[in-house]
Amino acid sequence: MSATAWAWLVLLFPLAGSIAIGLGFRVLSERAAGALGTLAIFASFACAIGALAQLLGEPEEARHHASALWDYASGAGLKIELGIYVDPLSVFMALVVSGVSALIHLYSFGYMRSDAGYRRFFAYLNFFVFSMLLLVLAGNFVLLIIGWAFVGFASYALISFWYRRATATAAGMKAFVINVLGDVGLVLAAILLFRELGAFDFGTVFARAPEQFATDEWTIVAICLLLLVGAFAKSAQVPLHTWLPDAMEGPTPVSSLIHAATMVTAGVYLIARTHVLFELAPTAADIAAFVGLATLLIAGTIALAVTDLKRVIAYSTMSQIGYMVMGVAIGAYSAGLFHLMTHAFFKALLFMAAGSIIAAMANEQNIDRMSGFGRAMRFTAAGMLAGSLALAAFPGTSGFFSKDEILAFATERGGMYLVFTVLGYFGALLTAIYTFRLIFRVLPGKPCPEADELMRTGHVAHGEPRNPANGEPEDTDVGFPGPEHHIAEQTPSMRVAMGVLAVLAIVGGLIQIPGAWHLLGDFLAPVFADSHFAHVHPSAGAEWVGLAVGAAISLLGIWAARVLYVSRPELPGRLIERFGALHRFLVNKWYFDEAIDLLVVRPALAVGRFADRVFERFVVGGLVGGAEGTVRGAGGVVRAVQNGFVRSYALLLVIGFAGLALYFLLSGS
Amino acid sequence: MEEALFFVAAIGALAGAAGVVALRNAFYGVLALIVHLFSLAALFLLLNSAFVAAAQVVVYAGAVMVLYVFVVAYVGDAAEPAWEPIPGQRLLAPLLALALFVELSVAVLSSSLLALGGEGPDVEPGFGDPAAIGTLLLEKFLLPFEASSLLLLLAAVGAVVLAAHRRREEGGRAAAPAGERGEVAAR
Amino acid sequence: MSMEWYVVLSALLFTTGAAGILVRRSPLVILLCLELMLNAGNLALIAFSRMVGNQEGQVFALVVMVVAACEVVIGLGLIVALFRRRLPLDVDELRELRG
Repeated sequence: MSATAWAWLVLLFPLAGSIAIGLGFRVLSERAAGALGTLAIFASFACAIGALAQLLGEPEEARHHASALWDYASGAGLKIELGIYVDPLSVFMALVVSGVSALIHLYSFGYMRSDAGYRRFFAYLNFFVFSMLLLVLAGNFVLLIIGWAFVGFASYALISFWYRRATATAAGMKAFVINVLGDVGLVLAAILLFRELGAFDFGTVFARAPEQFATDEWTIVAICLLLLVGAFAKSAQVPLHTWLPDAMEGPTPVSSLIHAATMVTAGVYLIARTHVLFELAPTAADIAAFVGLATLLIAGTIALAVTDLKRVIAYSTMSQIGYMVMGVAIGAYSAGLFHLMTHAFFKALLFMAAGSIIAAMANEQNIDRMSGFGRAMRFTAAGMLAGSLALAAFPGTSGFFSKDEILAFATERGGMYLVFTVLGYFGALLTAIYTFRLIFRVLPGKPCPEADELMRTGHVAHGEPRNPANGEPEDTDVGFPGPEHHIAEQTPSMRVAMGVLAVLAIVGGLIQIPGAWHLLGDFLAPVFADSHFAHVHPSAGAEWVGLAVGAAISLLGIWAARVLYVSRPELPGRLIERFGALHRFLVNKWYFDEAIDLLVVRPALAVGRFADRVFERFVVGGLVGGAEGTVRGAGGVVRAVQNGFVRSYALLLVIGFAGLALYFLLSGS
Repeated sequence: MEEALFFVAAIGALAGAAGVVALRNAFYGVLALIVHLFSLAALFLLLNSAFVAAAQVVVYAGAVMVLYVFVVAYVGDAAEPAWEPIPGQRLLAPLLALALFVELSVAVLSSSLLALGGEGPDVEPGFGDPAAIGTLLLEKFLLPFEASSLLLLLAAVGAVVLAAHRRREEGGRAAAPAGERGEVAAR
Repeated sequence: MSMEWYVVLSALLFTTGAAGILVRRSPLVILLCLELMLNAGNLALIAFSRMVGNQEGQVFALVVMVVAACEVVIGLGLIVALFRRRLPLDVDELRELRG
């Protein structure tokens, strides 16, 4: 079978799964729905491997195929098809997405048991995977935008999954609105591209672009900036990032899948896919790199201060995506995508472990109340440790190799880009510190009551069901989390998923050891062969120096965290006292939400109020009422003729007759 | 001679018309109309239409007016209120009538129908005689003749239907109108 | 007398009748004014018949007289019916047919 046929199958299985579960939810039992959803994604992953095998069997230059199933519109200069594009980049993304999604489905099979909306969950999750695969496999901008929008919808549906929680629905709406903003940017970019180049499909666009645009011409810069709006909204970069922490209202598998491994990486994929355009507009590329850097640092500082377990991990996601955006913006495409892959592994693992711990804590998410899980939940603790080591770029883990490759590339480009290197390493230090802050808070120490109960009795603690964000009491019916809490130690499906990811997080980096082999870079090389930076390779020596520096920083960060949270636990308290204002600034997330409220939300509401009170009442009401009044008045005038008086009718008759006679007299003479 | 007769008859006709329009009492109006009809009969005679003049006197002034008299006697006379509910009617009506008259006169007097200016061709002595009219009615205008007789039948039936007593509603009032009529006849 | 006199007189009588209809309120008087107008028409017809020189106009006038008689009969029947039902004999009071 050809690679494109495999690719169509990759798309087909999640869609079929979603439709089957969605339509058949009444007849399917919980196990059947879960199994169907999970198997659909595994089948999709298998087909992605098939596509990969097919692609590897071809010579390098020939590894790009476009295939179309349906013509939406052709003629009159327009050619839009339901078409996919299979090349190393899209196959790579499809593999990562379907692979990690399959494992997360497996995890959810056990984790979401006893939730009243179990089947709905799997239908949505399958739909999400379908949309994400559509996005990465799309062969033209129209289908990309369709996939983009579907992913936004799926994210909304899954964030507000527990829809009877007001905080969840608010978070869902916030995510959707910000994503729509990104959609607008993306659509405008596509329209501008069509206007300039006359095509939507990738092959034609990327071939014509260098001929049509001069470097840094304002049109191409505008197009790239609009693409960046879309990318930043989807990938939660500053300033369109405020939806991501709130999105933690969704169930943990959702956070794991969408907000760690897949949806938030869509922006990185977009920039990598349209790298031809970004290389024609270096201004936009540099802006993207700086935004990535800024996000990296801002998110890192916030993660040092917040106390909700899932939110710390969310900010770390934001920070790592900043690395990826920075990477693909400065031209380190395969390095950025490598980091995307490793990040998917260890971040998904971290969220899974967090889910297990939160279940043990009876849905409590505040790390100040957690301790001692190292002994109470050994498997979960091991998984969390593996993920954290990878995140902190501990030497030898996957995160170590991927992160440092980006920074080495920045060093190699030199000049202004050294800023990225230096601040990137500083960000790595912050990463190590806040990651191990989590580890040293939650795992060692005297067991908290829930951990204690788990150790002694083997029962998971059960509190009264409450909303962890604001403490409101809830019940466990439809629209709320289910009554049972599932932890990894007791659920085999969760253990399998976490185990696989833990292994990948530790050894996944070995496919790209500098100086030895660059499997991923070589695989992706044909896609980026037309890049200006294809020749930029850090020398092996420079790469080893980078790795050494990275290792030193990682160990330094881990040691600092140990000092702060294990050896001298009173130190954080004193630091908070001394730098109280700074701490509050960080805990309030740099006041971005408040700033957006002031700059965007309030003016919008004011406009709405104005529209209602003034425009609606006077202009619209006046027009409508005026039209009504005019018609009524005219009707009234006409009605006055029909007054019922015979004599007035006779008068009108005589008037008419006299008029006619006059007319004939005048026209005759 | 002819002119003098014409003017006398014309003044009679106009006076009768003015009386119909202006007199408040309906009975006096009927009498004015009778005067008008007689004047018109005179005018018809001046125009060599003897038979039509006779028909005018016998049918119109004789039968139709008698009918009017009876109904006026039956119905009585209600004074018309002075207040005009239709705005502008009292002002516009004479104005429009005047305008209409002016237009019609202009049409007639400046007409290109030159025969209007003359006195008409010389006619043989039997012009307007019953024989001549009768011949026309039974030969050339047979259909209108028959149709008008049908029309008369219809009108008679319609009048009976309209004015018939409805036993259920007005059985009690059957005596009163008879009483009224008796009073009028006695006077 | 030239024919013009007769036709203009007919026009004058016609418009007088029209003015009467517009001004008077009693249905009886309105019918009388209607008679005026019909007779004015008759006068014009007779005048034209004399002008042309044949009697067809006179036959026409006779038919008009027949029609007038029928119409008077029906009109008076209506008035009698109104009176019987104790409705006011005033055309301004009888105005239910309106918008």
